[in-house]
Amino acid sequence: MLLQRFLVRLLTMLVTLFGVAVVVFVVIRVAPGDPIAMMLPPGASNDDIARLRALYGLDKSIVQQFFIWLGGVLHGDFGTSISLRQDVLGLVFNRLPATLELATVALLMAIAIGATAAILGARSRGTVVEAGIDIASGATLSIPDFLWGLVLILLFGVLVPVFDISGRVSPQLDLPFVTQFYLVESILRLRFDLTWDLLKHMLMPAVALALPLAAIIAQLLKQSLKEVLDLDYVVLARVKGFSETQVILREALKNAALPTLTLVGVQFTFLIGGTVIVERLFSYEGLGNMAIDAVINRDLPLIQGIVLVFALLFVLINLAVDMMYALLNPRLRHG
Amino acid sequence: MDEARIARRGLSPRLWLAGGWLLLALLAAIFAPLVAPQDPLAQDLMLERLPPFWLDGAEPGYWLGTDSLGRDLLSRLIFGGRIAFIVAFAAATSACLLGSALGLIAGYFGGWADRIISRIVDVWMAFPPVLFAILLVAVLGTGLSSVILAIAIIDWTRFCRVIRAEAMSQARMDYVESARIAGYGRIGIMLREVLPNVLPSVVALLSLEMGIAVIVEAILSFVNLSISTDDPTWGGIIAEGRLSIHQAWWVLVFPLITLILTVLSFSQFGEALKARFDPVLR
Repeated sequence: MLLQRFLVRLLTMLVTLFGVAVVVFVVIRVAPGDPIAMMLPPGASNDDIARLRALYGLDKSIVQQFFIWLGGVLHGDFGTSISLRQDVLGLVFNRLPATLELATVALLMAIAIGATAAILGARSRGTVVEAGIDIASGATLSIPDFLWGLVLILLFGVLVPVFDISGRVSPQLDLPFVTQFYLVESILRLRFDLTWDLLKHMLMPAVALALPLAAIIAQLLKQSLKEVLDLDYVVLARVKGFSETQVILREALKNAALPTLTLVGVQFTFLIGGTVIVERLFSYEGLGNMAIDAVINRDLPLIQGIVLVFALLFVLINLAVDMMYALLNPRLRHG
Repeated sequence: MDEARIARRGLSPRLWLAGGWLLLALLAAIFAPLVAPQDPLAQDLMLERLPPFWLDGAEPGYWLGTDSLGRDLLSRLIFGGRIAFIVAFAAATSACLLGSALGLIAGYFGGWADRIISRIVDVWMAFPPVLFAILLVAVLGTGLSSVILAIAIIDWTRFCRVIRAEAMSQARMDYVESARIAGYGRIGIMLREVLPNVLPSVVALLSLEMGIAVIVEAILSFVNLSISTDDPTWGGIIAEGRLSIHQAWWVLVFPLITLILTVLSFSQFGEALKARFDPVLR
């Protein structure tokens, strides 16, 4: 049952990815402007142009180009970046860890802030506190990460300059890292001075990404908690003498969390999508920042590679959430 | 029950505040040449980085100060509102028409139509929207129509998903069945019976989408990919403000406040409309 569900989802996922590849390819090939012409100095001979076109496979038909490219992708060959003249996959993998670390820190912050607000709101339901949390989460939700980022830059970069608002790590530091997972590696190497520096750079963009999601979690989890808190078994726990906070943490949270969990999975992909502009805003050297440069430089192979990696990430997260939901939901597990 | 009452009580001032700000900003944008105190493009290096009116060194007539080229910030914000509102209305309406039509077809007819449309939505959902928008504008070329088109191409899925679900539940209801027995055709039922019932959701979403469109336009002009001329845009002013943040904070603060108020108003307006139309809350 579970395996069948997994296989069906896996198949859908492959269809989706194929669709993504087709869309990206079509979008890019209708682009006016010749990337080859931009690479060459003015006055290059027609022979030179033709040779470069052949080198990048741009002289074949669109359908041929697509399948040549797709065949390459399936073998891990994403082509060569036109502007950076390096292997696309290498460039993407070099930047992806920075984005993953940022997104993960943001997700954890969103869950921490959102769950705290939800528990606080459910505990004091019907009071001013709950109304305050409702208003705050409603407003927080309506303001997107781009604007939160700018607000944070003003507050903590200019007004009270306590956090770094530019870059991933202080440039003067000597980095001993062998992977691009700086944050993870700094912890593993017990170099907490570097961990602190990385976190100081990461905090502002992560908060900007986390706030809208935290508001969604606060609203939904609070609603589920309130529903569960009226059920018999919770009433029983209360009669047994547990305090309201204990009742929520021990009894209600576990059963109220499932709908929130599903939503967090979907919303996590939106959060990752937000890294594109937030990284730009904070000059954070991740995949999103590189993507904007690639678009501005009309670097077709690099854009294709980045968009595909993002899409793969999104689809995998959705698959993981779906499977987790199936595993945790007793109705599906035994159905 | 309690919540419904709170929602209704909170509805009025919320609707008025949001609507008031939008109306003010819209009127200022429409009558920009009459309202703006200065020419938004006029540069004057003698007047560069003037602070807003309550600070020392401010010049009369330059209420919110000037940017690093001596251009009047208030006038630039007012003229920037033109682009913002044109994009908001045009892009949101286009996305709405496309998404609602496909959602209605998928939800009401089901079957193959639904399967194909849902697959396309899945593919669309696998793109990071901001990156998709930047990519589309880079491909279509900068300019107002490209920005509008890009937003419509990306955001129709928001309408499609909601309308599909609504149309699906409406299609199963008794009144649709009675209309069919009464001899109406499928398309006739869809347009005459189902469409009016999903309209409240459409209107609420439309207002939300206008706020989103304003943000996307600001993001595009922030990365310098929106309209290519010198015309001021909110995102463009923000990009200037981000650069001169330590010398002239006001160049970032005022467009930011303008954007936040506008986005909040669009979303509050949409929420209030939804609460008003929702039979359960009413």
